[in-house]
Amino acid sequence: MTCERFHFSSARDKVDLLSHLIIDMDTIEVSNLNRQFLFRQSHVGLSKARVARDAVLRFRPQISITPYHANVKDSNFNVDFFKQFNVVLNGLDNLDARRHVNRLCLAADVPLVESGTTGFLGQVTVHIKGKTECYECQPKPAPKTYPVCTITSTPTKFVHCIVWAKDLLFAKLFGDKNQENDLNVRSSDASSSSNHVEDVFERRNDEDIEQYGRRVYDHVFGYNIEVALSNEETWKNRNRPKPIYSRDVLDNELTRQNGNMDKNCSTNCPSSVSAMAALGMKNPQDIWGLMENSRIFLEALKLFFSKREEEIGNLTFDKDDQLAVEFVTAAANIRAASFGIPLHSLFEAKGIAGNIVHAVATTNAVIAGLIVIEAIKVLQNDTKNYRMTYCVEHPARKMLLMPVEPFEPNKSCYVCSETPLLLEINTHRAKLRDFVDKIVKATLGMNLPLIMHGSALLYEVGDDLDEAMVANYAANLEKVLSELPSPVTGGTMLTVEDLQQEFSCNINIKHREEFDEEKEPDGMVLSGWAPPPTVEGANKTIDNAGSTSEALPVEAEKSEEIETAPGKKRKLIEVSKNDGTSNAEEIKKNEKLQVLDDDDDDDLVILDGGDLGFSPSKKKCQW
Amino acid sequence: MDGEELTEQETALYDRQIRVWGADAQRRLSKAHILVCGMKGTIAEFCKNIVLAGIGSLTLVDDRVVTEEALSANFLIPLDENVYAGKTLAELCCDSLKDFNPMVRVSVEKDCSSQVTYQASVENFIVSLMLLWYPAVPSLLRDSCGEIFVDLQLHTYSKKKLEETIECQLQYSSFEEAISVPWKILPRKVSKLYFALRVIERFEEAEGRNPGEVSIADLPSVLKLKKELCDEHSLNESHIPDALLERLVSSTREFPPVCAILGGILGQEVIKGISGKGDPLKNFFFFDAMDGKGLIEDISNSAGS
Repeated sequence: MTCERFHFSSARDKVDLLSHLIIDMDTIEVSNLNRQFLFRQSHVGLSKARVARDAVLRFRPQISITPYHANVKDSNFNVDFFKQFNVVLNGLDNLDARRHVNRLCLAADVPLVESGTTGFLGQVTVHIKGKTECYECQPKPAPKTYPVCTITSTPTKFVHCIVWAKDLLFAKLFGDKNQENDLNVRSSDASSSSNHVEDVFERRNDEDIEQYGRRVYDHVFGYNIEVALSNEETWKNRNRPKPIYSRDVLDNELTRQNGNMDKNCSTNCPSSVSAMAALGMKNPQDIWGLMENSRIFLEALKLFFSKREEEIGNLTFDKDDQLAVEFVTAAANIRAASFGIPLHSLFEAKGIAGNIVHAVATTNAVIAGLIVIEAIKVLQNDTKNYRMTYCVEHPARKMLLMPVEPFEPNKSCYVCSETPLLLEINTHRAKLRDFVDKIVKATLGMNLPLIMHGSALLYEVGDDLDEAMVANYAANLEKVLSELPSPVTGGTMLTVEDLQQEFSCNINIKHREEFDEEKEPDGMVLSGWAPPPTVEGANKTIDNAGSTSEALPVEAEKSEEIETAPGKKRKLIEVSKNDGTSNAEEIKKNEKLQVLDDDDDDDLVILDGGDLGFSPSKKKCQW
Repeated sequence: MDGEELTEQETALYDRQIRVWGADAQRRLSKAHILVCGMKGTIAEFCKNIVLAGIGSLTLVDDRVVTEEALSANFLIPLDENVYAGKTLAELCCDSLKDFNPMVRVSVEKDCSSQVTYQASVENFIVSLMLLWYPAVPSLLRDSCGEIFVDLQLHTYSKKKLEETIECQLQYSSFEEAISVPWKILPRKVSKLYFALRVIERFEEAEGRNPGEVSIADLPSVLKLKKELCDEHSLNESHIPDALLERLVSSTREFPPVCAILGGILGQEVIKGISGKGDPLKNFFFFDAMDGKGLIEDISNSAGS
């Protein structure tokens, strides 16, 4: 979308006189080329910001554009930096970055034009401090996390199997050995020796790879399932999984065949090592059966150990790592087979595991055009005509493009209205670290927080801290709230700030003993942030929500339809036009900032069947 | 489906859009041939979209030379006079478009008046897509508003309803048939742009002008014609505001963001039409940057739907 917007704004005469700045931390990938048309095959691997700038200059050489190959959350993009600009255009696709930019634009008092697309859907919104809702006035559905027990013991959907395969099994086998891992099911027999269990995943010296692979296979798909089955309670109201052993699915013949085929691939360079290729399976859209998945599982594992041994122990899942995708697909499918969940193709599994956002050039073109139209209104101070515009797939009341007037700011928005929040937490059990990770960073989206209790500084992050302070804060993190130097108990109020975002928030603490493990897995509940009052059929937005936490990956919810809020919408406060400065003059003096961070990796998308001829029973998520 | 599988290169390049419309639709696109006449800004946008999408081939027709107007709205035309001198718009756009996707065959044909029709045969599904932009019926874009007209003749397609796929069929009207629908039987809330554009069209025809060849000087005559047409159709004149007509005659230049929007919608419709998946637009689309609405109107006289 970046590309689109750039070239429109460039095509317009007046805008030639503006200077532009573009921030994007990404490099170009092949899969970008179906829509990011300023890029070519020869640019793969290069900085998006720089190549985009070069491309635009080729057809509008007189424009001034400065590229930054950087993360928009870098501390040098502070409030003073943002103050230089007359408008900010976002082409981000993760929630975290959007919230960050939103706060900076509020602090700098710079208009923000936000946008997003997924497939055929899209929207453009305008945010002016004090006049309209900020980006966070309407709560964006929090990315959903899965309870640990669903992933480890009782999956019901394919995505649960993917998360298990990716974050537990793959991480255990190929990732950092020192990381905590919930892979092994806790059996009801508390006396089972955990030492024995740990050894299972370690490959013994000179152990035959085939044998090791089967041992792992049998352990996670066979033994672990049997252990889980021994917990009668769990399965009272659930379908029982079936343990699967490799000897039942594959006989020894086949693995010897695999060994032969492998010789043909021995000249492959590491990056093109592929279990599919080794097994002669060509089509990523095929849905493999249990046997094929098992063969891929073992072959992929074998290839990791024989061709990429030096990487083992350091690997994290990467959707562009073919072998990793094959392994995770196979593992997820075998687990799915065990639990009676439908199997999926590699293509589909990759999309889920890699949080791939589906995208087409046409929707991006439409949204980009709309962004430029709003941006021009902002530059011309045409306040009465600012619109939030929604692009839908199925027309509503004859409309494919639906404009809505912006709403007033939400008076209880904790970002732009500074309303205090309420946190229910067990102050005797929860540590400050939990509060920082789960609330301050994950929920409130702060990067460089500072936490105060009255005048006492409980925690802060920064470059200029002396050793004693750093040590003090580190110690505080490990303390439970009620035992902090300035004790945090029920009835106290904490102030949390992010100085870079110039964002401050007050949180009232309420002590609570118990939390529901399934519904409130974090052991804390933040509230007090009321959605803005609208009539039923509230204006829902589609967003590029991203996974913000490092915990088990997320599925963000989608709003199925966009309905304009009829009747009782809060009115946009009129801004009276000021003096008679000619627009052309103003535009000449103006500058424009474009903030782009087209990182496709962040968002979990499960496709909607809809009209797309895709497999049914999948929910579309935010992007 | 031997030999019809998408290549590895195609799968990698089109991954994100295959996740939207499926591999089957992608295959159909790769077999489609499209003819385009008249390389205006909106059409340039449209061409960019369908080339990126991976159609089989695209043929361009436009023998005109570069003008300042073309340079301001058609991003495919290079700015360097040394480069564009001596070449037609079609030739210049062809060179640029090839760059966007080397897997698409882009070529130039001289002169559309021979009414060459390109057809793509995709397993008994015949697509004839030139009707969208006959020289006499361009997808009009005047300054900040525009219109698209779609005629897919007798169109069969599939779509998902709840958990199953259903087959549908639509019968479209030709442009002539559509605009001959008497105004007074149209629903009251039909977009004013529809009527306004018809008035301008009629004026251009009567005066022997090319599409878009009007100016503010013509406004009095246009308003007069409007009154006549409203009387003829027994339509209340308030359906065609004078202010709207004034806008349409004063500025016939294309506005790049609106080119993008129309070119995007048009591209989407052509892709849907070729792939035979999803409800196609029937049969007019209007966009007006003044109010920001993108509206569909069904103005046809065919019985079937």
